[in-house]
Amino acid sequence: MDQYRLELRDVSKSFGDVQSLRNVNFRVGMNEVVGLLGDNGAGKSTLIKIVTGYYQPDGGEIHFNGEKVENLSVNRARQHGVETVYQERALADQQTLWRNIFMGRELTTRLGFMDIQKMREETNRLMLGSMGFTSMAVTPDSVIKGFSGGEKQGVAIVRALHFQADLIVLDEPTMGLSLGETRKLLEFVKDIKQAGKSVIFIDHNVFHVYSVADRVVVLDRGIVAGEFLTKDIGLNELMEKMYRVAETGQLD
Amino acid sequence: MTSHVDNRDQLNATQTQAAGSLARFGRRNGLQIGIVGVLAVMWLFFLLAAPRTFLAPEIYAAFMQTIPLFGIMAVPLTMLIIAREIDLSFTSIMAIGMVAFLQIWQETGSPILGLIACLLTGLAVGALNGFIIVRLGIPSLIATIGTQFLWRGAVNIITNGRSGVLTDLRDTPFREVLVGKIADYVPMQFLWMIFIALIVWLILNRHKFGAHVYLIGDNENSARLMGVSANRTRITLFAIMGLTAAFAGLVTSLNISTFWPTLGEGYLLQTLAAVFLGGTSVFGGVGSILGTFIGCFIIGAINAGIVAAGLTGFYTEFIYGLIIIVSVSMHGFVRKRLG
Repeated sequence: MDQYRLELRDVSKSFGDVQSLRNVNFRVGMNEVVGLLGDNGAGKSTLIKIVTGYYQPDGGEIHFNGEKVENLSVNRARQHGVETVYQERALADQQTLWRNIFMGRELTTRLGFMDIQKMREETNRLMLGSMGFTSMAVTPDSVIKGFSGGEKQGVAIVRALHFQADLIVLDEPTMGLSLGETRKLLEFVKDIKQAGKSVIFIDHNVFHVYSVADRVVVLDRGIVAGEFLTKDIGLNELMEKMYRVAETGQLD
Repeated sequence: MTSHVDNRDQLNATQTQAAGSLARFGRRNGLQIGIVGVLAVMWLFFLLAAPRTFLAPEIYAAFMQTIPLFGIMAVPLTMLIIAREIDLSFTSIMAIGMVAFLQIWQETGSPILGLIACLLTGLAVGALNGFIIVRLGIPSLIATIGTQFLWRGAVNIITNGRSGVLTDLRDTPFREVLVGKIADYVPMQFLWMIFIALIVWLILNRHKFGAHVYLIGDNENSARLMGVSANRTRITLFAIMGLTAAFAGLVTSLNISTFWPTLGEGYLLQTLAAVFLGGTSVFGGVGSILGTFIGCFIIGAINAGIVAAGLTGFYTEFIYGLIIIVSVSMHGFVRKRLG
């Protein structure tokens, strides 16, 4: 039996009277880029927040690398190698770069006291390497409020990669990016796959998703409406199916 | 051999680097530099307006005696406000903590047990605030207005409006440790305030808990998405506030050897003013213990300074109010400029 990086089996989630997800089966292969598509309110964000441990599902099972996981929390999801670049970027604008990089997993020594020197050094290394900040004006103590949208996105992505994730979740990563930054991001997704990792890529822009995904999953009103290998379906055909689903609830 | 030009280039580079470091230091510590400046200007003004008062050591002894009575609470309140919460009930917690002290001390004869009861009461009442706010979802402004009345009412019911006498504790080691004097000049409450400020500074700036306080105040949603336990952090902050308020109530009562059921009334405004003047933002995510510490001395000195300068004491509340409005407005202005 194939082992998947992530497997959701019959997962459901409601918020009051609103059923956000209904018996969803969703898988991500060991070295696969899966595009998650769907209209507003389809359940994409809910699904992602279940994968990352932010929400608890009402029913169903979650499996990581073939192992069933109960009571998944954000920290436990990270221990299973899940890192997320959220749509909201999950940054704190008035805090420094190093505090944002290590948000929620500060390096500590004894009794919870932080190893600030080490965090600053790590941040400096990431700045010069992965983030490409070479200006002397930006330091680990720079408050990120002054960063551009692309720079903040860079911080969020580097943060996700730094902690040795096996599954990277990108939630609307191209939002607010310039054309050049978008192209860099899409190249970067290909690099992640080449590094042997898996990716869940959510974006409203179907072209962006199609250009990097191995497989796309279409969600509609809380259920999986369809799944396609991108090598087996053209972009126009995929767009047509998505419009049909949004209008009629049916794929064909 | 290095040329003269190379040496000059090296010097220029070093000077540029030094200037850059200085600018970064200024940006990073702007709040603290600002508040130290305000203190310096104010002190200079009072020195010129009332030199006989402000050159005498007695006024500074008086400051060290009275300022810690609200300063002890201003320090943990700073953490709470950084986390984008507020507590308006701490003045009532001062009183309910003292009620617990009196009950246990009178029953057992042990002021140590009384102290433990006082602190535990403060901790429990603070934690209850946290529970109401975090678990029931009631905004902290409303919840703590409610508990302010609740605990004050409880104090009045239990004491029947009667005061408590602490003269039996005079000249005891217990009293000396809490409110005695070192070298007949430095009051112990001033040292306690420094101690508490140091501990809170360490927690806020060097401990993971403090990092989470800043993150929650700045962007709670982001903090939660990154696995920070916002609920636990906030409940803990309210519990710490309660604990410290109860301690402040004991220190205040021992200072005058009397407990009044109205204990704490009048400290709310000064404590809040000191925190906001010290640079802590009402919008959360930004604040400084050093700023609060200095803010306490500015607030504490204003009353004495106003009277010594020949104005009536009626100006005091007006100026406190002005300080709060100006400090919060400045933060809003700076936020908009940066945003």
